[in-house]
Amino acid sequence: MTSSPARANALLSVQGLVKRFPGVTALGGVDFDVRAGEVHCLLGQNGAGKSTLIKVLSGAHRPDEGEIRWRGEVVEFGNPTAAMRSGVAAIYQELDLVAGLSVADNVFLGHELSTAGFSRRAEARRRTRALLDRLGHRDISPDRDVGRLSVAHQQVVSMARALSLDGQLLIMDEPSAVLDPDEVRVLFGVIRELTAQGVAVIYISHRLAEIREIGDRVTVLKDGRTVATGLPAREVKTSELISLMTGRVLDNVYPQRAPVDPAAPEVLVVRGLADGDRFAGVDLTVRAGEVVGLAGLVGSGRSEILETVYGARKAAEGTVEVDGRRLRRGSVGAAVRAGMGLCPEERKSQGLLLDQAVYRNITVSSMSSFAKFGFLDDRAERARSTKLTEALDVRPAGVDRVVRGLSGGNQQKVVLARWLLRECRVLLLDEPTRGVDVGARSEIYELVRQLADSGVAVVVVSSDVEEVLGLADRVLVVREGRVVHDGPADEIDESRVLDLVMEGQPA
Amino acid sequence: MSEDTAAVPAQKQTPPVGKESGISALLGSAAGRNTGLVVALVLLCIGGVVTAGDRFADVDNLLTILRLAAVIGVVSIGMTFVITGGGIDLSVGAIVALSSVWATTLATQGIANDSHWIVMVFTALLVGGACGLVNGALIAYGRVVAFIATLASLAAARGLAEIISNRKTQIVNVPGFAAFFDASVLGIPVLVVIFALVAVGGWVLLNRTTFGRRTFAVGGNPEAARLAGIDVRRHTVMLYSLLGLCCGLAAVMLIARTTTGSATHGGLYELDAIAAVVIGGTLLSGGRGTIAGTVFGVLIFTTLSNVFTLNNLSISAQAVAKGAIIVVAVLLQQRLARRSGA
Repeated sequence: MTSSPARANALLSVQGLVKRFPGVTALGGVDFDVRAGEVHCLLGQNGAGKSTLIKVLSGAHRPDEGEIRWRGEVVEFGNPTAAMRSGVAAIYQELDLVAGLSVADNVFLGHELSTAGFSRRAEARRRTRALLDRLGHRDISPDRDVGRLSVAHQQVVSMARALSLDGQLLIMDEPSAVLDPDEVRVLFGVIRELTAQGVAVIYISHRLAEIREIGDRVTVLKDGRTVATGLPAREVKTSELISLMTGRVLDNVYPQRAPVDPAAPEVLVVRGLADGDRFAGVDLTVRAGEVVGLAGLVGSGRSEILETVYGARKAAEGTVEVDGRRLRRGSVGAAVRAGMGLCPEERKSQGLLLDQAVYRNITVSSMSSFAKFGFLDDRAERARSTKLTEALDVRPAGVDRVVRGLSGGNQQKVVLARWLLRECRVLLLDEPTRGVDVGARSEIYELVRQLADSGVAVVVVSSDVEEVLGLADRVLVVREGRVVHDGPADEIDESRVLDLVMEGQPA
Repeated sequence: MSEDTAAVPAQKQTPPVGKESGISALLGSAAGRNTGLVVALVLLCIGGVVTAGDRFADVDNLLTILRLAAVIGVVSIGMTFVITGGGIDLSVGAIVALSSVWATTLATQGIANDSHWIVMVFTALLVGGACGLVNGALIAYGRVVAFIATLASLAAARGLAEIISNRKTQIVNVPGFAAFFDASVLGIPVLVVIFALVAVGGWVLLNRTTFGRRTFAVGGNPEAARLAGIDVRRHTVMLYSLLGLCCGLAAVMLIARTTTGSATHGGLYELDAIAAVVIGGTLLSGGRGTIAGTVFGVLIFTTLSNVFTLNNLSISAQAVAKGAIIVVAVLLQQRLARRSGA
């Protein structure tokens, strides 16, 4: 695996790549090269140009300047299919599979095997099985409906699809973001298998630990330019990478926390909550000023617990009280009126009105406070939103901007601003930093801490155990829909949490 | 999952080509979108003057155009709300028919004659509003897909109208009613005044109130709207009820214009209204809507059929031209959406 890739010829080499969109230069000079059999990591904050770079490399966008050499020859991929036929395939964060079609149909989508117009289904199935075999996933049947597979398995199908046209270079955009630790380990096994066969992988992730584990070399992008390339992934210092990415030095990611006043009032009290399916018997108490973290695997029921507390899912049993008042079951409206706010897991599909202005996204939950007899005071809305976005340093500035154009971190700040405006009592955060870069991440941590210090009760759900431990005062571990541990964050360490997450043995 | 994800890739996919001419930049701006509609309307009017001369450019003829536009216009304003809110309603024509029939039965006219003609108006509004309420409840609480729910209402409402009227045209014989709606205010027919009021009211409601803002939110991303604390289902019911009320009002105006109530009234109104809304620039997938655009859309279609009629061209030829306009408008819109989506 670690065979010195230094002497291998470059499979892909990129020079002076420039891509402009009306009003923005997304890429302003990118240089790097990828060798056969290596895992090349791309690092950069949100908005650094990684997504655009992937799209250019995979043929979805055409570059304005610069050249791409593929196996030494200058190429121009007119579209993704052309790129795939040459051996370059991208696997996006939002997997581009068609639910309802079988695994084999998805693998050969767009280049179906056929003779005289009749599809060769048996052959497609056979080749799909061979590809899945190569990826170490004999357990996935080619006949399964893709929509019924787990996200991790869907990812494998995407990889099989990429390889179906003899892929030599796979581009993976944050593949681990949707996986839990076990699945990430399996994914890394697959990647190692592929690189041993000479396939090159461009790997994008915000998790530095992963880059050390799987990566060979690192290229760092900032503001659409390459600021460093070919760094050895295992040796380079974290602080160096962070300062390259952000252009500044970050010493401590997690903010200091003051001990929670034991006499502080219990703001959120959840008793015996169950949804009759995914979880049962959940007790949860959060005091004013306290941050409680929920740790657990994807599918352990932690997000469902949060959504049920919020009333977005209907509880079968149990009660939720805010400031001593019991909430009506299954009513988001009641929860919001009682002072609860939720930053949902899927920011784009659940959190934001993507095609609407920033200020409208911020005021959507507090419209009545800007209205007289139902008529909205636009100017007041903009003024309040401007204040908030300035305080949160949302970039680029301007509350009339459409949210879709903002990076992940800035979009998350917009969702947070919505609940800041309401001055809520309880804030529920589901994966608050997914898809958020290191710089914005520490700003969000800081903000959560400030909110808690001002007396808000905060609940954080995260797959990132380090994040839960760094941010929370108290940690609850959820496994298979049960709370298996509840205790102060400084009395437990990461490996113990992981133990509990996997085994669930009470402490 | 369905509508939202379907709309997103369409905007993302092809990036715009770098160069932008002045014209396309103008068309891309918000004001430009209406400019395109104004240009189309002006071209149609020029066509009318050239081919029909004074017969077109005559005050009476222009008022006729507006009177014809008024009825379908009121329905289209309501339809703009439903479509902006992410829905669709195929039953509007049938609701107009049912309201017109119910408001002109011998029984209703008898009560109106004994008390006041306004009884007929309230009957039509009540019937229309109730139909909309049923549509909305089926869609929001029964979770029936809007297309199917309103398709069912289309069949049922028109059938009910035929049963009530016994397939006969019901002539209106309430003196005050006709007198009121035939009148003019400062030379402008009452029907046109009603349309103008509905349009202005609709614009204010959509752009200046919490109701309108919620409509954009519900249509743009229903799940996000729900998690932000908006009662999406209740809002959906209100949107369809509002459209039902508009249909009831349109029925009143149609009764006044034709002096009859009939189960055949409002034929194909659903298509005319949806077409006017869409060429006006409202996004069929929801989340974006414009009242001004809808008004222009209605005026363009009505003027078109007027010019064709003055030139003795057949209804069939009108239909072909309508189809062409819809296709061109939607193609243009997609270009613009792609440009603004990048």
